[in-house]
Amino acid sequence: MIPAAFDYVAPSTVDDAVRALSEAGEDAKVIAGGQSLMPVLRMRLAAPSKLIDLGRIAALRGVREDGDFLVIGAMTTHYDVQRDPLVREHAALLAVTTDKVADPQVRHRGTFGGSLAHADPAGDLLAPALALDAEMVVRGMDGTRTVPAAEFFTDFFTTALRPTEILVEVRVPKTTGWSAHYEKFNRVAQAWSIVAVAATVRVDGGTIAEARVGLTNMASIPIRATSVEQALVGQPASAESIRAAAAHAADGTSPPSDGNGDAAYRQHLAQVLTSRAVAAAVGV
Amino acid sequence: MTATIEPEVGKARLRKEDARLITGRTRWTDNLTLPGLLHMAILRSPMAHARITAIDTSGAKDMPGVIAVFTGADLAGEQGSLPCAWPITADMKAPNAPSIAVDTVNFAGEAVAVVIARSAYEAADALERIDIDYDDLPVVLDMEAALADGADLVHADLGTNKSATWIFDSGEAGTGGDVEKAIGEAEIVIERTYRQQRLIPAFMEPRSVMCDPTGEQLTLWSATQIPHILRFLLAAQLGVPEHKIRVIAPDVGGGFGGKLQVTPEEFLVFLVARRLGKPVKYTESRSESLQSGHHGRDQIQKLTLSARSDGTVTGLKVELLADMGAYLRLVTPGVPILGAFMFNAIYKFPAYRFVCTNVFTNKVPTDAYRGAGRPEATYAIERLMDELAVEIGMDPMAVREKNWIKHEEFPFTTVCGLTYDSGNYEAATDKAMQLFGYDALRAEQRERRERGDTVQLGIGISTFTEMCGLAPSRVLGSLSYGAGGWEHAAIRMLPTGKVEVVTGSSAHGQGHETAWSQIVADQLGVPFEDIEVIHGDTQSSHKGMDTYGSRSLTVGAMAVVKAADKVKEKAAKIAAHMLEAGEGDVEFMAGSFRVRGAGADAKAVSIQDVALAVFAAHDLPDGVEPNLDSEATYDPENFSFPHGTHLCATEVDTETGFVRIRSYVCVDDIGKVVNPMIVEGQVHGGLVQGIAQALFEEAVHDESGTLTTGTLADYLVPSAADLPSFVTDRTETPSTSNVLGVKGVGEAGTIASTPAVVNAIVDAVRHFGVSDIQMPCTPMRVWQAIQTGQTDAGGLGNESGGGLGSINTSGGAQ
Repeated sequence: MIPAAFDYVAPSTVDDAVRALSEAGEDAKVIAGGQSLMPVLRMRLAAPSKLIDLGRIAALRGVREDGDFLVIGAMTTHYDVQRDPLVREHAALLAVTTDKVADPQVRHRGTFGGSLAHADPAGDLLAPALALDAEMVVRGMDGTRTVPAAEFFTDFFTTALRPTEILVEVRVPKTTGWSAHYEKFNRVAQAWSIVAVAATVRVDGGTIAEARVGLTNMASIPIRATSVEQALVGQPASAESIRAAAAHAADGTSPPSDGNGDAAYRQHLAQVLTSRAVAAAVGV
Repeated sequence: MTATIEPEVGKARLRKEDARLITGRTRWTDNLTLPGLLHMAILRSPMAHARITAIDTSGAKDMPGVIAVFTGADLAGEQGSLPCAWPITADMKAPNAPSIAVDTVNFAGEAVAVVIARSAYEAADALERIDIDYDDLPVVLDMEAALADGADLVHADLGTNKSATWIFDSGEAGTGGDVEKAIGEAEIVIERTYRQQRLIPAFMEPRSVMCDPTGEQLTLWSATQIPHILRFLLAAQLGVPEHKIRVIAPDVGGGFGGKLQVTPEEFLVFLVARRLGKPVKYTESRSESLQSGHHGRDQIQKLTLSARSDGTVTGLKVELLADMGAYLRLVTPGVPILGAFMFNAIYKFPAYRFVCTNVFTNKVPTDAYRGAGRPEATYAIERLMDELAVEIGMDPMAVREKNWIKHEEFPFTTVCGLTYDSGNYEAATDKAMQLFGYDALRAEQRERRERGDTVQLGIGISTFTEMCGLAPSRVLGSLSYGAGGWEHAAIRMLPTGKVEVVTGSSAHGQGHETAWSQIVADQLGVPFEDIEVIHGDTQSSHKGMDTYGSRSLTVGAMAVVKAADKVKEKAAKIAAHMLEAGEGDVEFMAGSFRVRGAGADAKAVSIQDVALAVFAAHDLPDGVEPNLDSEATYDPENFSFPHGTHLCATEVDTETGFVRIRSYVCVDDIGKVVNPMIVEGQVHGGLVQGIAQALFEEAVHDESGTLTTGTLADYLVPSAADLPSFVTDRTETPSTSNVLGVKGVGEAGTIASTPAVVNAIVDAVRHFGVSDIQMPCTPMRVWQAIQTGQTDAGGLGNESGGGLGSINTSGGAQ
């Protein structure tokens, strides 16, 4: 488990990092915590010529408010996201989901932006980012652009990031006062999700006023269960209506078949877990 | 010298070895280094069966730091064959077993080239510069297909994929009746086929080996369970005089049978170091460990049980197919045979027949894994007893009780001819049933069923026994095993009264240093802290049969006791002289000799006083050597037979198939206990490994023979987070076969727990028409079984999903 040799730089500013990435070309990789990349390197599944470590760029860490948005630095660790009072108040779904990411060691090293840019369809933070309509702020030599989550995840381990761009921060529209739940299904604790469902809802007077549901590992990219969301809105916050809405959870999904479950089983799970996730979020 | 009153045996002492083991500040093999040490890396075949048509190592040889590159052809003349010590039948087919493939590879993961470099990094880099061309050969994976006429062959030169067929028949052996007759006359016949999936030992410390060829003796350090056997077999297989080899097992981090092996890597490091005349080390990666260290289990069990309609069993027929993998390693063929004597378990079967066919496939060889043959047997019989109970509408515990050996019937000779010396199944069961709350759980189960709850409750029973303390040498001889089953120990009395205990047992996590110290403290009346236990180096511990099969306490510690007896005999002569008494007039109590009947205040000579007197040797009785040191070799008369009652309650989520163990109660009877804390640790770890087979672990190969569970992200070893808090207790029925009354505990939990869990799962969903679910009982398998009522829910896709296993070279931008 020895990686191939590589060069390593750890710039202290985003500009330096972008420049380093641009100069190094497509053979370089950005390391943003390394909880996915290091195993890949050690197994020699990838052999980049250069690693650009974002770990020393202080500006990429932390959470702040910006009007109706929370802005989360790409290098904020899962541990910091999970404990952040702003996240808990304005993006409860991210807090509850981050709590379910891997184990405490990984949560102390791994980063929010790193997970999103890695784009593992079994990764836990993609579905919540999608469900919350997060916006990815990316920086390249040509400047900064913003990519909506719905356009950011393009395929299995692939994003809209260009080879010389870096994800710098994530803008998350506030869902203040919404309740949330992440229902993760796996065979052993601390494993990747076989299927998981991220649900956040706003209940008004016993009626579901707004609902967002994101699915993990139900396609090559995270999926928004829009038909479930539509079926929920305007319904009483009851177990029956939630179950009826959750029956749509597998619509439009194309999950993988692997050692943990075939596609049909995953589609069944999506419905059961969606019902449970929404019910838990609502508190019924 | 004040008397030591409180016995050490029975105390829950903290383990004296733990500080260094837990902190890692110790001598793991990979921590060791030598001047000028070179590092070996192994290129392994990605093909499960192929002919090597060309190897080009020139690119690797040109890489920086590379000293040498060797292929099978380079080492063919001296590598000989890896040993198999257990030719179970006279006509057993055994292929030559190279450490490095010469012209054909027979499993994915087999070594095809090695690089020796100045650093492990340079060696790893150079591996990528070796080019090998392969011609595909047909891959043999399925045992039943492998035995069909015209099947593709693993080893063409053997002409068959069948290695051997081994039979035990109680009618022929005269130990019982004719099973076919019993089945023919039976009121009830239960026929089932169970699958023992392939498992991977997954010890914590990867295997590591280092060889220094520069001394007069070639010294080999290895993370092995068996330094003594390894030394003997290096000599026997490679033609090196035995006295020119020294083997050291430094601290070893777990084995579970996975390091009860003479490995290709050990031979390769030895051969390469000798060839180069320089020290060489190799440490495997986790993935190499999973794909090339031997695997365990992997059987298909065809079972026929006959009974009367009142539940009395009348016969048992067992027809096994056992997957050997591509080669026969150290005890590969014998592992299923160790189970042959355990299918009848604690029950009074009047007729029994066991037929095992060993089959070659293009997979990693199988061999011993915690329990070795006995978990497979226990699983089969404990599942069958539940099926019998359902068939006749009887409570599963009542069926067992009707058939088990009553406590007053011991010693009891079984239908296999083994004599169980002691046991009390009633006592263990009573205690377990109380702790478990059996009746209340049954009531809850009924209530949930009637209510149609989405979470269904199931109760599983396993009333197991095992044969431990391997083994009486005469029995091993009758089974054609290549060695004896004795153990050796020596005790050295130092002039200051401190004690060195040399043991042939080779601890790799068991806590021998603590347990042996407790035993010797009582035997010699010296403080626990004054004892050092020395093991794992053929130079200091020159003789031994090492550690496996729950044998260390029942055999190894018995040798220690015998050696202590000899020390005391020698000391008594000298003490009597010092007390100016006749040898027959002194007695030894709590570490001191006194004139018999003289009272506690009489003049006493402690064993430490004697040790100092011997050192000086100024005034010893005539003809007495100035030496208390003693050694003993103990060959057990019988196996030991730990037993216990394990009860498991599972909650099955019928909407997802997820199984949660709600409670697990075990009452084990392992005889006398030396250290309850060590026992507790063994039971917990054992339970986890057995539960892991039921729920989590399986070595899966795709159709090309590639191991798809090649990382710990795919091969699911559970953690504490996945398991309940175990309720453990004991009954204590001492073994009558050894003076310590001990039975061994290393394998009990693993053997017992697997069927308890699966019985509980099947019990939870039986009303859906389910009578079996293949292990591991994954959520999907359980859910499918519930959906379809099918009895053989298995079969999974092999495509990649998300997660580590699916990451490719283009993935992972950040």
